[in-house]
Amino acid sequence: MHTFVTVALDGLEFASYLFIVSVGLTVIFGVMRILNVAHGAVYGWGAYVAAIVIGWASAAALPVWAYFVGIGLTSVVVGAAFGLIVYFAFVRRMEGQDEVILLLLTFGLFLALENLSLLVFGGTSHYSFAPVMALGRVTVGGTLRTNYGFSIIGLAALVGVACWYFFDRTRTGRLIRVVIYDREVAETLGVNVNAMQCLTFIGGSVLAALGGAYIAPTISVQPGLGTQIIVMAFAVSVVGGLGSISGAMIGALIIGLLRSVAIHFVPSLELFVIYGVMAAVLLVRPEGLFPPPKARSI
Amino acid sequence: MNRGKITKGIGAGMALIGAAGFSGSAMAGNAASKPVKVAVVTFLTGPASSVFGLPSKRGAEVMVKAINKGIVPAPYGSEGFGGHKVVAKYVNEAGGNSQQVQNYKNLVEKDHEDVILGYLSSGSCKAIAPLSDQLDELTVLASCGTPDVFNKHHPYIFRTMSDETADSVAAARYVQDKFPHLESFTGFNQNYSWGHESWNQFSLAMKDLMPNVKKGKNPQFARFLSGHYSSQISSLLLSNAKLVQTSAWGGDLTSFLNQGRMRGLFQKKKVLMTSASTVYYQMGKGMPNGVIIGVRGPYGILGRHIKTPLNKWFIHEYKEEFGKYPPSAAYMYAQAMLATKVAYDKAAGQSGQKKVPTTKAVASAFTGLKFKSFTTEVDFRNANGHQAVTKDGYGITHWNKSTGRPDVKDVVFFSAGCVNAPPGVNSIKWLKEGMPGATCKNSGSN
Repeated sequence: MHTFVTVALDGLEFASYLFIVSVGLTVIFGVMRILNVAHGAVYGWGAYVAAIVIGWASAAALPVWAYFVGIGLTSVVVGAAFGLIVYFAFVRRMEGQDEVILLLLTFGLFLALENLSLLVFGGTSHYSFAPVMALGRVTVGGTLRTNYGFSIIGLAALVGVACWYFFDRTRTGRLIRVVIYDREVAETLGVNVNAMQCLTFIGGSVLAALGGAYIAPTISVQPGLGTQIIVMAFAVSVVGGLGSISGAMIGALIIGLLRSVAIHFVPSLELFVIYGVMAAVLLVRPEGLFPPPKARSI
Repeated sequence: MNRGKITKGIGAGMALIGAAGFSGSAMAGNAASKPVKVAVVTFLTGPASSVFGLPSKRGAEVMVKAINKGIVPAPYGSEGFGGHKVVAKYVNEAGGNSQQVQNYKNLVEKDHEDVILGYLSSGSCKAIAPLSDQLDELTVLASCGTPDVFNKHHPYIFRTMSDETADSVAAARYVQDKFPHLESFTGFNQNYSWGHESWNQFSLAMKDLMPNVKKGKNPQFARFLSGHYSSQISSLLLSNAKLVQTSAWGGDLTSFLNQGRMRGLFQKKKVLMTSASTVYYQMGKGMPNGVIIGVRGPYGILGRHIKTPLNKWFIHEYKEEFGKYPPSAAYMYAQAMLATKVAYDKAAGQSGQKKVPTTKAVASAFTGLKFKSFTTEVDFRNANGHQAVTKDGYGITHWNKSTGRPDVKDVVFFSAGCVNAPPGVNSIKWLKEGMPGATCKNSGSN
C-alpha cells in the first residue's frame, strides 16, 4: 500500500511540474502553429531569477509568503519581458513563414538565450531551498514528503482550472479559440488576430517562466536547465496532442506516472518510458491522444 | 626607381628578414628564456564549475605562481619546470566530448601548448586519450576516475591520482571497518558510464569484503543533470537497504543532498558519498551530519589535518589567496602540477642541458615516478608506470560547533596497495577474484 501511494504521489508531483511547463508550449502551438523551442530558455531564466529573488528574500528574513510573491512576480516579469521581445522582434516579423523556418528560428533563440543566461548568471549553480524548508514536511505513504511538493500539484490544478476558465468562460479566451479553429474566418469576423497571438505568446512564456521559478527552490539551478525540460515538454505535448490543453494534462499524467513506476520497479527504464511512450503514440496516433478539434473543410 | 634599385631593395629587405629570422632562432635556442606552456583544462562554466572547476583552477594557479617564484617547500624549491618559467592557460572543459576533442587539437596544433593538464570528467579523458597518441602530446590527467583510459597503452598520458577503483574499494573497506553489522545496501548513481562503473565496482568490493550483506534489487540510476530526484528518494526510503552508496557529483549531488535532507533520507539511511568531499565546504551547515564521505585520496577536508610541511604550506598559500581552505579539487590539480614539475625537473637534470626537455624525455621521467605530495606519496606504479596510486580515505561528516566549521571524524586512510589493483592487473578482474595481493596498512587522522 505504501509503495502504491508513494508511486502515485511521485508520479502526480512530476506530472504537475511537466504540465505547468508544457501547457504554455502547447497553447502557443495551438494558436500560432509555432513549435517554440525558446520556451525552454524562458523556463531557465525564470528559474535563475527566482533563485536570486528567493535568495534576497531569505537574506532579508522576509516571511514565507514573500517567497511565493517573489516567484509569482518573477514569472510574470520574466515571461512577459521575453514574450514581448521574442514576439515583436522575431516571431511577428517571420509571420507567414514555413513552420520549419519558425522552428529553426526559435531553436536559434533558445541557444542564444541559454548562452546569455550563462553570461548574466555565470556558470555556477544557484540554490534557493528556503521556501521548501519553510513549508515543512509531512509523512504520507510511509515516507516523509515536502509540503512544497504538494503545492506543485495544487499549482498545476490551479493552472489547469485557470486555462479552462480563460478559454471557456472569457470573451478573449473564446476569441483565441476562434483563431485556433480558423485564422482566416476569425479575421473576417473582425477578430484582432495579431493581438490574440501576442497575448497567447506572452501567456505561454509566463507559464514557462512560472515552471522554472516554481521548481527553482527544489533543484540546483544550473546551465543546461532549459535543454532538460524542453525535450520532456515536447514529449508531453506530442503524447497529449499538440495544441490541446486537456491533452497536455493527460500527457503529463501518463508520462509522470509511468516514469514513477519505472523508477520504483525498473530504474534503468526511466528515460525509455518517457520517449518510448512518445514514439508509440506517434506511431499509432501521430496527432496525439487528444488533438485539438479542427475546422471541417467542405 | 629603376629595376636595379628595386632588386637591391628587395635583396636588402630579404637580408633583414633573414637576419631577424636568424636572431629569432637564436633566441629560441636560448633555453632559459623559453617557457613551458601548460593548458589547464577544467569546468569553468556549468554545473561542475563551482564545486570542481573553480577550486581546481585555483589550486593550479597557486602552484604555478609558487613554482615560478621557486617558493614551494623543499625538495621542490627550484624555479619553474626544469628551470623554465611556466605559462598557464585555463581552458573550459564544458561543452561535451566533441568540444573537448576540438579544443585539444587547437591547443596542440594552433597554440603549441607543451602540456595539457586537467580533465575532471571521465568522458573527456576517454575522448582525448587517442589524440595524445596521434599528436605526441604530454597529457597529465588530474582527476577523472575511469580506469578505462589505460585499457590501452598511451605513451604520453599520465594520471596523477588513483582511479575509480580506489574510490569504491576504500568505501567498501570503510563500511567493513565501521559498520560490520550492515545488512543490506543499495545505490543512487548518475545514469552514465561513471555512475554505472562506480556502482559495479562498489558492489564487487562489497561482495569480496562482506559477502553476507545483501545488495538492493533496484539501485537508482538518475538522469545526469536532471535535478529532480523525488521519485528516486522515495524509492530509496521505501527500500529495505540500510546503506545508500552514491558517486553523484556537482549540481546533481547538491540537489540530491538537499532533496534527501528534506525527505529525511539521512536520518533513515546511512549514506555513503564517494565524491561528497568536493561539496562539503560549499554546503557547510547544509551537509547532514553522519554522512560517510570520501574523494579518492587524502584531499580537501580529509587531508586538512595531515601535518606535512608541504600540506601546511599549500593550505596557507590557498587561504592567503582565496580566504578559505583548499577543497579536494584544488588538491587534485595542485598535485598534477607538482607531479609535472617533478617530471620536468628530473628530465632536465638527466639531460644536463638548459633546453626545455623534450616530450619524450619528460614522459620517460614521468614513467614509474614516485614522489611525496601534499598529503600522500604518489607512486606511478600501475598501467606501465603511467597511473599513480595513493592512499585513500573516508570519514564521517559532523558540524564542529566549537570552530563553526564543517569537519570529519572517524577518518581512516587505506594504503595504496589496499585499495588499488596490483601493477599489471585489470581492476575489474582483481575485484572479481577477491582482490588478491592487496596489502593493507591503515591509519587514522582524527
